[in-house]
Amino acid sequence: MIREADRAVEFDRRIPLGIVRDTYAVTQRNLIAYRRVPQLLVFSTIQPVIFVLMFRYVFGGAIQVPGGIPYVDFLMPGIFLQTVIFGSLATAIGLATDMKSGLMERFHALPMSRSAVLTGRTLADLSRNVFVVALMMTVGFIVGWRIHTNVVGLVSGGLLVLLFGYAMSWIFATVGLAVGDPETAQAAAFPVLAPLVFASTAFVPPDSMPGWLQVWARNQPVSATAEAVRALTIGGPTTAEVLEAVTWCVGILVIFAPIAVRLYRRAV
Amino acid sequence: MAIRQPTSLYRCSVFTLGAEDAALRSDALRNGHAIEVEGLRKRFGEVVALSGIDFTVPRGTVFGLLGPNGAGKTTAVRVLATVLSPDGGRAEVLGHDVVRDAAAVRRRIGLAGQNAAVDPNLTGRENLRMVGYLSQLPSSEIMGRAAELLERFGLVDAADRPLRTYSGGMRRRLDVAASLMAHPPVLFLDEPTTGLDITSREELWVMIRELVETGTTVLLTTQYLEEADRLATRIAVVDHGRIIADDTPTRLKAQLGNTVVDIELHGDGRAGRALELLSDRLGDRIQREGERLRITSDRGAHVLIEVLRLLGGDGMEPDTLTVREPSLDDVFLAITGRHADPEPVEDAGDGEAS
Repeated sequence: MIREADRAVEFDRRIPLGIVRDTYAVTQRNLIAYRRVPQLLVFSTIQPVIFVLMFRYVFGGAIQVPGGIPYVDFLMPGIFLQTVIFGSLATAIGLATDMKSGLMERFHALPMSRSAVLTGRTLADLSRNVFVVALMMTVGFIVGWRIHTNVVGLVSGGLLVLLFGYAMSWIFATVGLAVGDPETAQAAAFPVLAPLVFASTAFVPPDSMPGWLQVWARNQPVSATAEAVRALTIGGPTTAEVLEAVTWCVGILVIFAPIAVRLYRRAV
Repeated sequence: MAIRQPTSLYRCSVFTLGAEDAALRSDALRNGHAIEVEGLRKRFGEVVALSGIDFTVPRGTVFGLLGPNGAGKTTAVRVLATVLSPDGGRAEVLGHDVVRDAAAVRRRIGLAGQNAAVDPNLTGRENLRMVGYLSQLPSSEIMGRAAELLERFGLVDAADRPLRTYSGGMRRRLDVAASLMAHPPVLFLDEPTTGLDITSREELWVMIRELVETGTTVLLTTQYLEEADRLATRIAVVDHGRIIADDTPTRLKAQLGNTVVDIELHGDGRAGRALELLSDRLGDRIQREGERLRITSDRGAHVLIEVLRLLGGDGMEPDTLTVREPSLDDVFLAITGRHADPEPVEDAGDGEAS
């Protein structure tokens, strides 16, 4: 009979590319949850669809956008960003749930890569965003959204939205790990979300806002990314806009990823 | 660096270990200790969770940490399992320091924490597969090992159902199965049977004993004297972050007897009178608290007959009477003279350390 303890002599073998394998295992685990609890996905997409309908048909008529372009073309890039930001709540809630359930404790005691839990979580949320953004683009086309540039503009606009969503995941990973409880994570995320999404140029041009608010609305990541996606899909100069948006995303990643990793190491 | 060989050969002998690892482990092998803890300290803000504990666990044995909630048991397990780092002291698992050599420790341990740490959305098999990957098992072995453990823990029928449909006992079994994926020589079980019904508890005890028979070293925490007694080779009683007793179950229980009779006598002075009546024959075995008397005995239920005869001779009848096995609280009374009072939950930035 092979004794259990003797079998364990395998322990010092290393799997090449262990970090990739660990990340894959965690990503896969999070994606299974999306598949098995489709409510998560359905409810997180209903909200942006309602926003599309509301702004397109209710408020849209009253909103003047500069340059005489149709409001729906102005709106949709903002909607994409709103969708990925609200979606990144799942990152906060997911990590907080893992802390509360004790799964984080298990991960800490496993001989796995220390960063795989976070990269696996954020990559799963990125995959979900690919699906959700494609869906919202379809909804956009149905309500009259049109691309005035070309397919390259559309694809790079989509990629920019995904990059932005990925950066947001790390902000909300930080929030989730800091609070460690799913309900609190949800509550704590809103004050982070609201000024980013609503005090921005995502839905309306900034001209009608009070001066102090304009300063914020013109100089924050959501607005910058919305402007870049507009430039890519409507037309006009793009280099400066895209560069500014990418800089924001990279800046957020550089600041929040290390904070999140630090919090993860202490999270039990 | 381990010598690479086909896995089947690799598994059959301890002599395939590389020189470096053999050197690291030689100390542990020489003295035969799987776990060594010396002066381990940990505090969370103002709360002292561990104030210098020492113990050693020989290989292939079960060591029980017995104590009430908040005594520091969970903190001790978390430090040993490299989940928390200690503030002071030293701990080694199979000769590897849990702080300096955490990665090596993680490759040798399994941990089943206090909460069944499983993903409710995954099936049993998927949970085991994930843990298999993250335990660095070769891909070719993962599904086979998962099937083997599902079989062994009686979860074959439920293997492909999401965990959220499992009962508490099934979740706990899966949790323990997950901790065994990588054949760990040292296993930590933190209150493995808390919240389980009697049947599930008995089943889990049988599984733990089987593991030990195959050479695994187990450190378990529990609030139940019976559990520690049934499973452990040695029991350390933990109180306020200290070990107040470290002995074999037999010697620990010798202080307690095997039967406890609790009687209550309401009304003025009756408890006092009863104490006088009984103390001639049972003096050192009686403790009085208000209207309550606790009599311990190593003669089983015979003591009950004697108690009732002595009281009856004076026309006294107890208002309530309970015959039971000694509990954790009795251990504490015997060792410290006070009750096992649970501490307020420690703030580990995490909730419930105990």
